[in-house]
Amino acid sequence: MSTLVFLEHHEGELQKDSLGVLGKAAQLGDDVSALIAGSGVEGLAAQAARFGASKVYLADDPALAAPLPQPRVDVAADLIRRHGFDTVLFGATVLTADVAAGLAARLDAGLNWDLVELTQENGKLVGKRPALDDTVYVDVGWKSEPRLALIRTGTFEPVESGGEAGVEQVDVQLQDFSTLATMVEQAHEESEGPSIEEADVIVAGGRGLGGPENFALIEELAKALGGAVAATRAVVDAGWYPYSAQVGQTGKTVSPRLYVALGISGAIQHKVGMQGSNVIVAINKDPNAPIFEYADLGVVGDLHQIVPKLTELVNAKNAAHFPRG
Amino acid sequence: MDIPPIESGAGMKIAVCAKVVPEQARRIDPETKRLDRSGEQTLNPFDANAVEEALRLKGDDAGAEVVLVSLGPERSLDALRKALAMGADRVVLVADEAAAGSDLVASSYALAQVLEREGADLILFGQQANDSDGAVMWAAVADRLRRPLISQVAELTVSDGTLRGKRQTEFGYDVIEAPLPVAVAVSDAINEPRYPSLKGIMGAKKKPQQTLSLSDLGVDADRAGEAGSRTEVYAIGEPPPRGETQRIDDDGTGAEKIVEFLLERKAL
Ligand SMILES: Cc1cc2nc3c(=O)[nH]c(=O)nc-3n(C[C@H](O)[C@H](O)[C@H](O)COP(=O)(O)OP(=O)(O)OC[C@H]3O[C@@H](n4cnc5c(N)ncnc54)[C@H](O)[C@@H]3O)c2cc1C
Ligand SMILES: Cc1cc2nc3c(=O)[nH]c(=O)nc-3n(C[C@H](O)[C@H](O)[C@H](O)COP(=O)(O)OP(=O)(O)OC[C@H]3O[C@@H](n4cnc5c(N)ncnc54)[C@H](O)[C@@H]3O)c2cc1C
Repeated sequence: MSTLVFLEHHEGELQKDSLGVLGKAAQLGDDVSALIAGSGVEGLAAQAARFGASKVYLADDPALAAPLPQPRVDVAADLIRRHGFDTVLFGATVLTADVAAGLAARLDAGLNWDLVELTQENGKLVGKRPALDDTVYVDVGWKSEPRLALIRTGTFEPVESGGEAGVEQVDVQLQDFSTLATMVEQAHEESEGPSIEEADVIVAGGRGLGGPENFALIEELAKALGGAVAATRAVVDAGWYPYSAQVGQTGKTVSPRLYVALGISGAIQHKVGMQGSNVIVAINKDPNAPIFEYADLGVVGDLHQIVPKLTELVNAKNAAHFPRG
Repeated sequence: MDIPPIESGAGMKIAVCAKVVPEQARRIDPETKRLDRSGEQTLNPFDANAVEEALRLKGDDAGAEVVLVSLGPERSLDALRKALAMGADRVVLVADEAAAGSDLVASSYALAQVLEREGADLILFGQQANDSDGAVMWAAVADRLRRPLISQVAELTVSDGTLRGKRQTEFGYDVIEAPLPVAVAVSDAINEPRYPSLKGIMGAKKKPQQTLSLSDLGVDADRAGEAGSRTEVYAIGEPPPRGETQRIDDDGTGAEKIVEFLLERKAL
């Protein structure tokens, strides 16, 4: 196997999921190369080597400064064509999904997404893939090379093996259309206040709340339970709640003792951020909502009816435990 | 970083890629190893957001056009009429037995062929197909059409031939700009899709609905369906066992039941 792992980075750090995939690739075969594309990224090569790359290709060019996918497709396609990698792996993010799918079209190469395991079976690479809201696990493969794969968020932990790698600069030649999209502004999160990642109890709200004003319901329940408030991307994108409280693929990963999901459908991209919770309770009015597949207790009902009462009951319990006077 | 309000997309031609998916009871057929598409079908709910955004951009500009483009079985037309009823102007469906079982490589190729013919200024995609959860199609199509791409867009404006989109990544929000013609995938938070009016539903039947075969598009059979696909499914298995899940219907005592459960699990 000759594998290329695409490494994403942010503010001078390689992404944890990228490094996790690199470690997995190194475990599957010893010829593992990494591609780092960006501007001023030379310093990242040593880190890639420590986490399993035996060769690092650097595409270092001001045109690659913004994390946009299309120029990265150009660079990766050239590199793959030149070196004939048979396997190209990505830790799934907003950026890498677009790079991988662009490459699939450019190279006429099969892309399997959302993989949670990769194994060699009789010399054949097989991906394990949960589908249909994780109700089935499918073994998938590729009919030709290169084989492209996106690995689900949070799947493989990085393994520091402490190796060294040869580093090679690659030529950056971009297609006309690849540079038409430009980054105008990037607003990164400033973290303030306690992070939901440390919370012991989380009460999370989704679009089922019906409007931003109803986050008050969530806040009261969270207060009663001594927990923090979280939200789905749908409500964060809609401006109902701040991004710093978002749980999921593009938000925080949390594993509290108790996670209460209110008016949340339970999409995979949300699940990957909270499936490590010890106990999950969900209220949703749709009996077919995917969240019920993995909630320890699922209540089919209207959150507006149930939550105020729940808050009252919890408050009453608290008062009984800590009687006044 | 508020984005100024939409300016009309004067005379813009907008293509919306819309997938028709099973309504309920989703399963993979153990025989064909494909998704069972025999039951009721519906418009992919995430694509209703793309249709809504197209209609918003079109506004009351009679010179603008919203065309739905879909790849799927012939009977998809029934479900696509919902988008016509919302206000889209016409539909082009690529329906061909030979396209069944297409993966991303094959389906993006066929879609790109229709879109090339349509030559839209803006190609809109939904956030993801809710049967496959790929959230990737746009990037393959944009590459084939050699057009700029903006994905996961939660807010967009068009002015002076430039589209500007705001979108979330793992690190916060980006604002990205690209000139038309451009491919854009929208997030499910971008808008609240309208319900079709009775008049819309009545009118939908009369709107142009074109069905094309692969040969109409000049797509060779070996680039479609399983022949044109580069991925395959070997086996379908059970998910790993997980702890017991309980589901109850709220009969007015939901809150009490939750408290009981939390006490039982020592989570209170
Ligand atoms: C690349 C990518 C990254 C993503 N990252 C994230 C992420 O980090 N985090 C995330 O959350 N999502 C993420 N998403 C989006 C995700 O796919 C879903 O679209 C999103 O999680 C849906 O949010 P929701 O559950 O609030 O809304 P919906 O899916 O609209 O669900 C609302 C739910 O509320 C229920 N409901 C309505 N009214 C009531 C009521 N009165 N009482 C009880 N229940 C009610 C409905 O039945 C429904 O199930 C991502 C998507 C993509 C493509
Ligand atoms: C459970 C399951 C898992 C699958 N896994 C893979 C896989 O790993 N690799 C692979 O190559 N194929 C896979 N497929 C097949 C793949 O779904 C189809 O090839 C499909 O046509 C491509 O859709 P997508 O999943 O990429 O859609 P997405 O990328 O999720 O769709 C995004 C948007 O693209 C547009 N769109 C998608 N499909 C169509 C269409 N047919 N017509 C019009 N517009 C459309 C819609 O606007 C949609 O909102 C899978 C299918 C299923 C049912």
